[in-house]
Amino acid sequence: MKNLKFIIIFLIIFSFNFSNAQDIDLQSKISKNLRCLICQGQSIHDSDSEFANSIKILVANKLNEGFSEKQIYDYLKGKYGEWISYDPEFNKNTYFLWLLPILMFLIGGAIIAKLFIIKKN
Amino acid sequence: MKFKILPIFFTIIFLIIFLIFYKGLQNPNIYTPKNNIQKNIPSFKVRIFDTTNEINSKEIFKDNQFYLMNIWASWCVPCRDEHTFLLDLNDQKNIKIIGLNYKDNNRSAKKFLKELGNPYNVILLDEDGTIAIEWGAYGVPESFLIYNKKIIKKIIGPLNENLLQEIKELIE
Repeated sequence: MKNLKFIIIFLIIFSFNFSNAQDIDLQSKISKNLRCLICQGQSIHDSDSEFANSIKILVANKLNEGFSEKQIYDYLKGKYGEWISYDPEFNKNTYFLWLLPILMFLIGGAIIAKLFIIKKN
Repeated sequence: MKFKILPIFFTIIFLIIFLIFYKGLQNPNIYTPKNNIQKNIPSFKVRIFDTTNEINSKEIFKDNQFYLMNIWASWCVPCRDEHTFLLDLNDQKNIKIIGLNYKDNNRSAKKFLKELGNPYNVILLDEDGTIAIEWGAYGVPESFLIYNKKIIKKIIGPLNENLLQEIKELIE
């Protein structure tokens, strides 16, 4: 009987910790992906400004309300614009940004192919 | 021929990169969110300052009436400077000023109002700063001019003589 009580208490403590840890992980993942508008160059996670602290509370509240990660980003983008996210969307302002590495990779590949493969033949 | 193309190619690349960075030097590197003009006011439940009553934001802002929603705090120095302008604006008949007390201490806020005067029709309470986020604000002071439940002007930072004049012209 004593053992059973002990096991139940043990399970309750660990189950609570487990769910909480998951929430905190997601919370810090989201706050690391958000840019602080007060101390620009720092993420919300790193910053200790009033604004950053409020955003952290808001993210925790939204997660409790059942918002998904993407919904939280969309919500904040709606309020502050896309700049708040560290992950830029693919649109007409960012074509160059997203396509340049692929383009460089292809050009680099072509140069290598020309220098080594075609020359050999 | 091969030796001539390479230096020209690198010079062009260098010039392009130089131009991009040179242009970048002239851009301001502080980002301010775009003014979300003509956006509907957010809907939220909020406590009224110094009471336990809660109110929905839609009940505060009525149609055909101008409102200035001002985010303030007693610890904010620029708020002190803009307070005279708010008192001045309060004398106008066709505008109501709504305050949002941002992350403040009740006693200091009351002292602040007692000392400088109270221009607000209603003061709402934002204890953790999440209501200011609903408005898309990121600091204090910030003000929003509202008409027909829409934000028609957003002011980041303290009010001044010019902005006050602009608001007066808008509400006439």
